[in-house]
Amino acid sequence: MLTALIILWPALAALLVLLVKGDSARKVAFGAALVELVLGVWAWINFAPNGSTQFLLNEPWIANAGIMFKVGIDGISLLMVLLTVFLVPLIILSTAKHTYEKPSSFYALILFMQTGLLGVFTALDAFVFYFFWEVALIPIYFIAGIWGGENRVRVTFKFFIYTVFGSLFMLAAFVYLYFQTPGTHSSEEVAFYQLVLDAGTQSWLFWFLFIAFAIKMPVFPFHTWQPDTYTTAPAAGTMLLSGIMLKMGIYGALRWLLPVVPLGVSQWANVALVLAIIGIIYGAIIAIRQQDMKRLVAFSSISHVGLIAAGLFTLNHHGLQGAMIQMLSHGVNVVGMFFIIDIIQSRTGTREIAALGGITQNTPFLSVTFLVLLLATVGLPLTNGFVGEFLLLMGVYQYNAWMGAVAGLTIILGAVYMLRMFQRVMFGEKNEITQGFTDLTFNEKAVLVPLVVMVFWIGLHPNTFLSLSEPAVLKLLDVIKR
Amino acid sequence: MISIILLSIFGIVNLFVGFMKSKKVLMPVVLLFLAIALGATLLDWNQPQSYFSNMLATDNFSVGFTAVMVLSTLFILPFSRSYVVAENSNLAEYYSLLLFALVGGIMMVTYENLLILFLGIEIMSISMYIIAGSDKRNILSNEASMKYFLMGSFFTGIILFGVALLYGATGAFYLTDIAAAAANIDPATSPMLLMGLLLVLIGVTFKIGAAPFHFWTPDVYEGTPTVFTSYMSTVVKTAGIAAFYKLMSAAFGGVYEQWFPTVVAITVLTLLIGNIGAVAQTSMKRMLAYSSISHAGYLMIALTAFNDRSENALLFYSLAYAIATIAAFGVLKYVGDARGTDDYSAFNGLGKTNPLLAFVMTVAMLSLAGIPLTGGFFGKLFLFSAALEQDMVWLIIVAVLMSAVGIYYYFRVIIAMYMRDAEEARIAVDPLATFTLISLVVLTVLMGVVPGLFSNLL
Repeated sequence: MLTALIILWPALAALLVLLVKGDSARKVAFGAALVELVLGVWAWINFAPNGSTQFLLNEPWIANAGIMFKVGIDGISLLMVLLTVFLVPLIILSTAKHTYEKPSSFYALILFMQTGLLGVFTALDAFVFYFFWEVALIPIYFIAGIWGGENRVRVTFKFFIYTVFGSLFMLAAFVYLYFQTPGTHSSEEVAFYQLVLDAGTQSWLFWFLFIAFAIKMPVFPFHTWQPDTYTTAPAAGTMLLSGIMLKMGIYGALRWLLPVVPLGVSQWANVALVLAIIGIIYGAIIAIRQQDMKRLVAFSSISHVGLIAAGLFTLNHHGLQGAMIQMLSHGVNVVGMFFIIDIIQSRTGTREIAALGGITQNTPFLSVTFLVLLLATVGLPLTNGFVGEFLLLMGVYQYNAWMGAVAGLTIILGAVYMLRMFQRVMFGEKNEITQGFTDLTFNEKAVLVPLVVMVFWIGLHPNTFLSLSEPAVLKLLDVIKR
Repeated sequence: MISIILLSIFGIVNLFVGFMKSKKVLMPVVLLFLAIALGATLLDWNQPQSYFSNMLATDNFSVGFTAVMVLSTLFILPFSRSYVVAENSNLAEYYSLLLFALVGGIMMVTYENLLILFLGIEIMSISMYIIAGSDKRNILSNEASMKYFLMGSFFTGIILFGVALLYGATGAFYLTDIAAAAANIDPATSPMLLMGLLLVLIGVTFKIGAAPFHFWTPDVYEGTPTVFTSYMSTVVKTAGIAAFYKLMSAAFGGVYEQWFPTVVAITVLTLLIGNIGAVAQTSMKRMLAYSSISHAGYLMIALTAFNDRSENALLFYSLAYAIATIAAFGVLKYVGDARGTDDYSAFNGLGKTNPLLAFVMTVAMLSLAGIPLTGGFFGKLFLFSAALEQDMVWLIIVAVLMSAVGIYYYFRVIIAMYMRDAEEARIAVDPLATFTLISLVVLTVLMGVVPGLFSNLL
């Protein structure tokens, strides 16, 4: 029941928010998101990390077709649920300085999207998963399309068509798998895990599923929608997309690709790894050349996700655990980065790196938090980024030493583009744009301080989270290696 | 059966109601008639009976589709309020024609004898020819009526020709007798049966607006007053596809291998032409016309699959499609009337001026595009599942690709409504229509969230 409550509460709250007029919509939405955070933490407290799926809800949905509304939380889901319930209130709070047209619709859509995301992370039936997968997409399309920047219509439409196109292949694969299950057919996760399909079938099923997840992440060469969409979307939308929605792709691959078609994965893992590693280098190199801070972070996101994807396809313990912890870290860091860019843009009116400079002189708080998040993104020891990248690189190295070496370039390249950006934006001489730059307000601190706390929490004591997902990951590896 | 009698009587009574001075009572009276007819229809649920020496027989299949048609009509009528306000002198006649057309439609899903099928098609079609031209002073409406009549009567003739050949081959008009006789006919030596079937098939394909006999659809839909277009694309199409399915399953299930290639070719062609044709349109109404062609293609997937999932998938999809289409046409009517054009540009900025209308249109478009949370998604899922159970992977690949194309043109409306600005005034919508639109949205979402309620009725 707790799972159902966690999924449904944001949707109900969204309806409530729709009734609220004007600025108080944000406050109501923030309150609802805090309640959701409490629910998530409640699930964490009552969760026993033993590899089993807990808080199970299993109700007939389309009874005659054997399709159940089955949701539950295991260690892997729990981390994603915690990430979502932690980030959404911060994202809502981060919009405080913006005045949006029709605020109630804006915040209702954010909460509604949260329902979709949480549904994806807890679904234990393929059709429930697909259902929520698309439910999460509709709100973000409107958020980016209505409140976005220039070219929003074209850019968000490309994003929508691209992702729906990919997910239709996933749906086709699910329907095919559904008919392969014995008896009256079932689309439950366990039924899919028990399927024994020949290698040829698994080979094409792999691509049907991989395309959907690869577009969502995005993995090179399916990434072309991403930089434009991230740049165009309003700050809150970018944070939702990069902080949480991107993890849908990784989570989906982890839960619905690797264990479902293990033979297909073993045939194509090399290709997937190579694509992921190309993405790491490609994203990083293009990031170095960017003039727009938001675009720079968007490309750096391609690079980081490439490493997570590479970790997934190594199919070893370090790779998968690294992917889990790096999903959390990346969510925390990228949301912080986009928020700081939003702060800078709203104070100066520009995101052009060349136009900025000398911000540190007035802003001790901003400078410190920015630096912490930036170094965490680069992967400095003691920060959360280090733990994830270390485990991931170890996983890739175990799989293939050469690949590990190439993927390791991400740390050097990451330092190059990130530190260049920091140096040019924050140091140097003040100019007329950055002259009157003020330090963080209370609201902004309220967003950034929890993020910085998480940076160090994961960085200093990753076991809090690794131990949650460990049994579930080991169990998943058993299924994959069956 | 009771619904046929009731609706025929109501249609005639309604003509007399039309003699009264006040037009205002007309719509409530017709709505009441339809509600009674719907109740009477549902009384037959799980009570299969046959009438007139088994010329007509009700079963859950016929009751299900009759209910969809009556419900659709019930939902469509509230949008005709502006005709009432305009003191349209022939309104009672048009309402009666709708009721008569409905009688024809019910006969088309209740028949056990080809003559009844033919009668049903004729009753429905003749009513629709007149309805298409009901906007007498509009040249497009006249054109629509003329085109529909000429082409329609021609194809009715082809159906009749086919029925005659079928009689020649099997010596029977009854579906069961034809099925029995067809089992003993070797198509290689006696082509008359298949010739007859092909001609009937061509005629019915025309009626549901499937390619390559779809050419009338865009022009007729465009010229016909919007409320009646919505009737055409839902009730008429539902009747046609249900009659088609019944004919193929009850009489020609045994010669499935013979007609399968033809039907599958029509299905693929319809999907391609409907979806690709819709992309090129600038008028919302013409887009919906092509979209209705494409949905005829999706519905025919149930026919090509032809297994125990088909009937339920067909019913679910018909209902989901009808509800979404009525909502779309309903909004289009108000927007088109207020802004004087049916183009996409008429919808610019609707999200700001009329959030409710824009929301209804969005849900309708999402449902037609087959995006989850709406009935359209599960409709497509069930249809595709039925076909995949028969391993028709390539057909589903075509259908999936065409669904992606569909998203492109359905979203153009959504983009216009929310992402383009226009200095336009708010559009006034009367309370009854507002209520109907909300009911349609609720039903669509209900089908999209708890599909189990509707998915296994037959």
